[in-house]
Amino acid sequence: MARIVLSGLAHSYHSHPTSESDFALRKTEHVWEDGSAYALLGPSGCGKTTLLNIISGLLKPSAGQVLFDDREVTALLPQQRNIAQVFQFPVIYDTMKVYDNLAFPLRNRKVPEADIRTRVTEVAEMLELQDVLHKRAANLSADAKQKISLGRGLVRSDVAAILFDEPLTVIDPHLKRLLRRKLKQIHARFKLTMIYVTHDQLEALTFADQVVVMNEGQVMQSGTPQDLFENPQHTFVGYFIGSPGMNFMPCIMNNGVAAVGERQIPVGNGSEKLSGSYELGIRPEFLKLHNHEVAGSHPVVIKALEDLGNCKIITLQFAGHRLKVKLPEEQEVPAESGFVEFQPQWIRLYANGKLVETAPRQPSRLEAAL
Amino acid sequence: MNKWQDNKAWFMVIPVFLVVAVSAILPLMTVVNYSLQDIFGPDQRIFVGIEWYKEALTDSRLHDALSKQLLFSSLVLLIEIPLGILIALTMPKKGWSASLSLVLVALPLLIPWNVIGTIWIIFMRPDIGLLGAAVNGMGIPFDHTAAPFDAWVTVLLMEVWHWTPLVVLLAYAGLQAIPEAYFQAARIDGASAWAIFRYIQLPKMRGVLTIAVLLRFMDSFLIYAEPFVLTGGGPGNSTTFLSIYLVKMAVGQFDLGPAAAFSIIYFLIVLLFCWLFYQVLLKVGTGDKP
Repeated sequence: MARIVLSGLAHSYHSHPTSESDFALRKTEHVWEDGSAYALLGPSGCGKTTLLNIISGLLKPSAGQVLFDDREVTALLPQQRNIAQVFQFPVIYDTMKVYDNLAFPLRNRKVPEADIRTRVTEVAEMLELQDVLHKRAANLSADAKQKISLGRGLVRSDVAAILFDEPLTVIDPHLKRLLRRKLKQIHARFKLTMIYVTHDQLEALTFADQVVVMNEGQVMQSGTPQDLFENPQHTFVGYFIGSPGMNFMPCIMNNGVAAVGERQIPVGNGSEKLSGSYELGIRPEFLKLHNHEVAGSHPVVIKALEDLGNCKIITLQFAGHRLKVKLPEEQEVPAESGFVEFQPQWIRLYANGKLVETAPRQPSRLEAAL
Repeated sequence: MNKWQDNKAWFMVIPVFLVVAVSAILPLMTVVNYSLQDIFGPDQRIFVGIEWYKEALTDSRLHDALSKQLLFSSLVLLIEIPLGILIALTMPKKGWSASLSLVLVALPLLIPWNVIGTIWIIFMRPDIGLLGAAVNGMGIPFDHTAAPFDAWVTVLLMEVWHWTPLVVLLAYAGLQAIPEAYFQAARIDGASAWAIFRYIQLPKMRGVLTIAVLLRFMDSFLIYAEPFVLTGGGPGNSTTFLSIYLVKMAVGQFDLGPAAAFSIIYFLIVLLFCWLFYQVLLKVGTGDKP
């Protein structure tokens, strides 16, 4: 186990990068704490896999350093780094039996055969592969093959970290949930440092203690799922996390009140000192929709309603902007128009895409509920 | 539905059926027909049953040619397959150097077969040939027109030079088709270069290597033009392979009946070996019994 530090890391697939956009990974500073489960979340092509391959050593970064417990490993090959990595598509050694597949990383490292037997049996039990241990790997189903790939990552007891590169893409949804839970159990039991790359936010939020959100080669925010939900540090995070994503609209701040078109929305919470143009962000969960006017509400036109069975998502027209509202399933929705209410404690303000800290940390949702 | 009522699909098959009939089945049946008769001239022929087959199977010169042929094809496979894999492994994977090496490797395949024979005659000449003169110059007497062993070495060298590129191209295509993740996973697993070859590259090349073995076996078993030009089957009968013997019998001596019977046997032998290779190569390493 190790604490992994990335310092001044950058990577470009061009040999002579000229502009920012030539970099798959822009200057990155990040620390992966020992024994935590991380999810690395971001849209396709944002540099997640590049970052992962640099940590494992498959890729040598154009600039910067990788440190495992203060030991520099930037120049070391993957086999010298003590790291395990599981790939998107199952990689199995066709001609070997399942047992030999699992034993392969240990045999390459000259582990005594008796220890190999113990480890392989243990991992096979964990992944429920005992029944096929002595079958050829080539003839198994896709998810059994991916379990073998996972097993080869888990079988070494001395790894600094296990990296997962969208490992459950080829697995069907039901089994996906089971395997994800399995990985969480394994993490809880062995306290391995795990980094799990995915573009699926549900997968990231359920798997990880800490979620790292990336976009365009940069780490946008790293935090607990709750943190990402309540305090997105960047409009990208606000929009990317959550379903549907955060609502944003331009506003003019003056004396703690945000003016959106002709509408005045009180914000408070230390925003009194701000003035000028900002972006106002609020999650669909924190908007209230009323049938009749209440204090501080604004008239809106209802454009569309999606009933997801467990909740309703309503698209509104508000002062020339579209807003999404997420309502509980049982709430009645007016047909054409209604009144929307902004909960001021959940309003976030952004300048140039970045969160403007207006007040000391907001109470968490849990505390607010109490 | 009654399948006899809806048989328009058969019209679609007729063109292919006609082409195959004219190009393969009719000639083959003609050969079967010849093999059962003793032919003196266009109007004089006697039905002899399986007489020619009996004769062919007991012909000691044919046995001699067959064993030479088997030895030759075995050597060809033993040299060309490993050599082809080795060259394919060392070739660049991408960029302009990959294209260049592919073109260079493929050059021998573009030359007509009888021209290859002529090239090698000159190349191996003891007096002026580049290789022949060089070997003789080193004090090793070498003359493929006089010594049977030298003739064999020459024919084998020529065959390897001519056809290893095909194995290289097939193996190269097989290697290029292996997803990058396999190599990445192997590096993470700490596999040595040999382990990567043994457990990833070789198994993944199974399909293309099966084709390479079949093609090289069939072609080398049927080899005719190159040794015919180079040695004419000599010195003595040392490089008289099956097809050279067959042509001598059919064209040289005009023994159409025995030659036809021999052709059928020849055809069956090739078919048998290909079937065996195919069965074995398809199953080796998969855990099924061959």
